[in-house]
Amino acid sequence: MPELRYLKAINLALADAMAADPSVILIGEDVSEAGGAFGASRGLRERFGAERIVDTPISEAAIAGAAVGAALSGLRPVVEIMFMDFTTLVMDAMVNQAAKARFMFGGQSSVPMVLRTPHGGGLGAGPQHSQCLEAWFAHVPGLKVVCPSDPASAYGLLRAAIADPDPVVFVENKALYAMKAEVPAELPIIPLGQAATLREGRDVSIIAYGAAVHTALAAASQLAGEGVEAEILDLRSIQPWDEQAVLRSLAKTHRLVVVHEAVEAFGVGAEIVARMADIGFDELDGPIVRVGAPFMPVPFSKGLETAYLPSAERVVQAVRRTLA
Amino acid sequence: MTEPLDPSAAPAGHNADHGLLALYRSLVLIRCSEERLSAMFADGEVPGFIHLSIGQEAVSVGVMAALTAQDTIASTHRGHGHAIAKGLSLDGFFAELLARDTGLCRGRGGSMHVADMSVGMLGANGIVGAGLSIALGSALAHRTQKSGAVAVAFFGDGALAEGLVHECLNMAALWRLPMLFVCENNGWGEFLPTSKQLSFALKDLAAAYRIPHVLVDGNDVAAVAEAAARIVPEVRADGPRIIECMTTRVRGHFEGDAQKYRDADDLAALSERDPLRITATQLVRAGIAEDALASITEEVKARIHAAVEAARAAPGPGFEAALADVYTAAPAGMEAR
Repeated sequence: MPELRYLKAINLALADAMAADPSVILIGEDVSEAGGAFGASRGLRERFGAERIVDTPISEAAIAGAAVGAALSGLRPVVEIMFMDFTTLVMDAMVNQAAKARFMFGGQSSVPMVLRTPHGGGLGAGPQHSQCLEAWFAHVPGLKVVCPSDPASAYGLLRAAIADPDPVVFVENKALYAMKAEVPAELPIIPLGQAATLREGRDVSIIAYGAAVHTALAAASQLAGEGVEAEILDLRSIQPWDEQAVLRSLAKTHRLVVVHEAVEAFGVGAEIVARMADIGFDELDGPIVRVGAPFMPVPFSKGLETAYLPSAERVVQAVRRTLA
Repeated sequence: MTEPLDPSAAPAGHNADHGLLALYRSLVLIRCSEERLSAMFADGEVPGFIHLSIGQEAVSVGVMAALTAQDTIASTHRGHGHAIAKGLSLDGFFAELLARDTGLCRGRGGSMHVADMSVGMLGANGIVGAGLSIALGSALAHRTQKSGAVAVAFFGDGALAEGLVHECLNMAALWRLPMLFVCENNGWGEFLPTSKQLSFALKDLAAAYRIPHVLVDGNDVAAVAEAAARIVPEVRADGPRIIECMTTRVRGHFEGDAQKYRDADDLAALSERDPLRITATQLVRAGIAEDALASITEEVKARIHAAVEAARAAPGPGFEAALADVYTAAPAGMEAR
């Protein structure tokens, strides 16, 4: 099987989507001449032309608002917002316009746009270039939210997001951009809303998405050495999320740990836990434990940031707690 | 923004040969629709908030006269005139305002979100200034698709204090997009006069972006139509333009606003600048009989009456259908929660 880097998978998905559908355009800061701040759109301007790979001024609110208008007028814009922290500036376009257009116009039109943006710490980028804000978007009816954990799912989910008729916030953990993994020669499109079981286990279910999947897998390896078999579910889509897959795993293991890099309080994990405490109550043999970031901004110093980010050791401790 | 009108920018094209009678009919349609809404709002029959454009109708009618069905517009919270002038279904409009399932938005949007994609009306908007970015993107789409269409953003002078306006002016000028900016300068932003909200005049802002700007008497539909007929082809061929229409907000910021913050004499004087009166005078001078104008009003009122009665008879929206329409199609078992 060939190897593919996560960032290259994004690049391939963009290229394949643009080749398949002439209404797909890319729009954002430095996406065209520079090929993207992280290189996600490298080579696309040469292949598809500056009319479809559009460099913008540093105007996030207008970029996102323009994507809504373009989507209402027949295009499928893919917006890149350089850091998820900057999505604070696109909130009106995403929350009041994109998310609501279909509903509030009585189904006359959908808004087929994708907003790609990297989140996550680990690079010493500090409080305004590291945040994981996906829960904000998942809270808004009308938006879909996706966060792939590896190159193959990054490709498959981005293709599905671009083909989707509704607005999708596509979150890429920037610490994964350099990740390399084996992928099938023919990369499939992966439907939104479906979780993937990355590791089977009988003792505890660990639910994660994005980079936290790898933290969970590392914890599972360590736990296996202690005779504890963890099942790992990669959620892939946050809104909608695969409630039935989580419930099925819980029904098998009867213990649940939810892991994400975002701040634990009021996060995606809280929603999963609340639902499982409701519809999965009879399956539970232990407390549901969340592992997320502490309630503080992402710090700059290496030492502080390392302590901040959820670690495999914290996931192991969480599993021990629910098994105790 | 109290500078005098620039007479050279608003030539008097008062000529019945230019379809002024048809424009008058549109003015009457908007006016009578809003007066009917005002009465029904007072009776408690129109739910929510409505913002009437009485006194500003000539801007909508004059600009829309220069557009084709392919051209798109993005509107504001005060958008009834834009919607009606763009040619949306009147039955669908009244049904929406009365929150019926037969409404253009199936009773989910109401006055502030009236839209009709089939005529390029991309929505009224509850967020001040938001329509500019939607029109910007629509203009980008028109250019990418090489459709030859233009996108028009309507906005009030109050929106000029929004940061998004700067981003949109810059990008439209930078990319020479086929986008027309139409500022309806009625001198008020909510409850505060423009003089207490803006430190600049739009024409100076336009100069900074190198976007050609014209000032028009926004209450003279012939003047607006003449300016739009001249400028829209420039937009199609050469990129963005700004038409600033000096106009009058007769009603409050919203229906029910008693406008105690406005001078009573100033308000009373607005009838002198009534767009319908101005145009009717021009038509009579051009030889149109006053009876003919009166019969237009009667005909329009009958049309509105029919739309209102149809809306009254229509069913309200169903909750399940609304819930199912948050997304285009949720995968089975993945319905939004």
